[in-house]
Amino acid sequence: MPPPAPDRGGAAQPLLETRGLVKHFPIRGGLFGRQMGEVRAVDGVSLSVRKGETLGIVGESGCGKSTTARLLMRLLDPGAGEMIFDGDAVGRDDLGGGISLKDYRRQVQMVFQDSYASLNPRLPIEDTIAFAPEVHGVPAAEARERARELLAAVGLAPAQFARRYPHELSGGQRQRVNIARALALRPRLVILDEPVSALDKSVEAQVLNLLVDLKESFGLTYVFISHDLNVVQYISDRVLVMYLGQVAEEGPVDEIYARPGHPYTRALLASRPSMDPSQRRTDPPLTGDPPNPVNPPSGCRFRTRCPFAEAICAEIPPVAATLSPGHTAACHMALPGSGHSQAGGIAA
Amino acid sequence: MSAALKPTPEAPLIRLRDLHVKFESRDRTVNAVNGVDLDLAAGEVLCILGESGSGKSVTLRALMKLLPKTAKVTGEIKVGGRDVQAMNEGQLADFRGGDVAMIFQEPMTALDPVFTIGRQIAETVQRHEGASRSADDARALELLELVQIPSAKRRLSAYPHELSGGLRQRAMIAVALACRPKLLLADEPTTALDATVQIQVLLLLRSLQEQLGMGVVFVTHDLGVAGEIADRVAVMYAGKVVEEGPVGALMAGPLHPYAKGLLGATVHAGMRGKRLTTIPGAPPMLDKVPTGCAFAPRCAEVIEGCQDGVPPLRQIVPGRQARCIRVAPGEGQPHI
Repeated sequence: MPPPAPDRGGAAQPLLETRGLVKHFPIRGGLFGRQMGEVRAVDGVSLSVRKGETLGIVGESGCGKSTTARLLMRLLDPGAGEMIFDGDAVGRDDLGGGISLKDYRRQVQMVFQDSYASLNPRLPIEDTIAFAPEVHGVPAAEARERARELLAAVGLAPAQFARRYPHELSGGQRQRVNIARALALRPRLVILDEPVSALDKSVEAQVLNLLVDLKESFGLTYVFISHDLNVVQYISDRVLVMYLGQVAEEGPVDEIYARPGHPYTRALLASRPSMDPSQRRTDPPLTGDPPNPVNPPSGCRFRTRCPFAEAICAEIPPVAATLSPGHTAACHMALPGSGHSQAGGIAA
Repeated sequence: MSAALKPTPEAPLIRLRDLHVKFESRDRTVNAVNGVDLDLAAGEVLCILGESGSGKSVTLRALMKLLPKTAKVTGEIKVGGRDVQAMNEGQLADFRGGDVAMIFQEPMTALDPVFTIGRQIAETVQRHEGASRSADDARALELLELVQIPSAKRRLSAYPHELSGGLRQRAMIAVALACRPKLLLADEPTTALDATVQIQVLLLLRSLQEQLGMGVVFVTHDLGVAGEIADRVAVMYAGKVVEEGPVGALMAGPLHPYAKGLLGATVHAGMRGKRLTTIPGAPPMLDKVPTGCAFAPRCAEVIEGCQDGVPPLRQIVPGRQARCIRVAPGEGQPHI
């Protein structure tokens, strides 16, 4: 197995940084397929993934977390914004000093939620795993050898499983194959988009343990996207909370879960069902559903469901305010002097 | 309301005895349910907890005779003292929606896309209670208000695709409650919903259940959901109930090794940095009826004798049963 690409920027340089990432999808309709509007799926997301950490991204459906994953993998081209991988601008190699998309994709790999749809049904799993190395110029026999090593690393005995087809495996086994495939190019960053959401609880725990082990043994950095707050808390070092295409709050996992700054994060945490029937809730933390990202509310996007919304929230979109080192929340209440009557009230 | 459903102390709302469901096709046979006994008292909420393939949804569908004709169903299925298996089509049409209603995971496929929400509720009322059109419409409005749909009057003329996921789920609940059923069957109704919406729908279902005094059978794979809504929990594995008991006691101290494994494998707060306990392997294929304990191949506490015959569901303490030869009666006494 070859080593991963060498570290270029040093330990302090984030592995991946994005600035103002935007992705709008046009809605076409009418007689001539004119553009009727757009879904503002991701609307100015800036994040940074540090070397060796797991960044968790949480949010509800329609908050743009999966679109963000696809932008980070460059399966989608951002409408605006830039991405910097270990100090190099992604896809800007033509300008000199950047990293080409081909090199970027060798160092960044992805695991999807649907373990069946993301495997080729007509290839034995060993060939699926060996495919990418072959495309990148590894001789076939060596790629095959690497595939078998990886199958062993994800807990599938090569002698027993290598020649099987995806339909001959259970959901948990298929997800292990997907993880092995993602590791075949020795990436430095793996983007995991809801990797355990379709699995049963007992299998989910197996896959989470495997992900923790592989991170250690392969020296990986993860971006872990999930709607499950408990799983994100378990696996992440830092957490990003998204709401309607924007970042609501970001910070170290213990800070976010113990001292959430944004009213949305607080409501999201309070919505988790308790495992203890003696501590049942009586009132839901929020009412209604998240609004449609086609027509997001003006100002703060959470204001339509926020119990603390005031006039200022409809006028000015809040900027991220620092609550404690590395912990920011995009809320007028977190920003002293913002004009909200409780401004500064939730600063740490 | 159709007359027949008057549960008495002697006749519980649901009485299931030795339910077996087997699907046979040319390619394979699946023994989905292998001997389930369940009782439900009026006004009680029972959660059937299990992973995919455990037979929980098949059991639920058998209660309403909703399984396809290819399914071989045997055993006693009584709802409100009446034998569901013996009902003919006409009796079933009265029974479904009148005495018993069901709500599903996917409201988009359960609601009819070409009729308004109001029409679909009124149609149910008309079919079962035969009231006038205007009375039906008034009842539809009342129901939308009951399930806390904002601006209910306007929403009556909305089509399913015009509603958000949470409102659609509320509309489906309104259709189900249209004829004040005594029994509500819920098949993972909150699984597809977002966290902040799921808790709203769970709290709504709980308050409606208390308000209307319905019995509820709630199928879920999510322990947290069971913790929020259940009075009693039945844990299913490989087509059998392996443990049953009051929700608090079961969550605090499961008896069966599978229930213990399931609780240990469920990620919750405070587990950061610790290794998750897992259940090795995968559930059995069920092409043959298990002859011993179906969980034995994956069980950490397996001993000789586990495979010699199916362990009986034994009472451990009053109200708590487990299907494991290693759990001795008297274990699991309240220690909280």
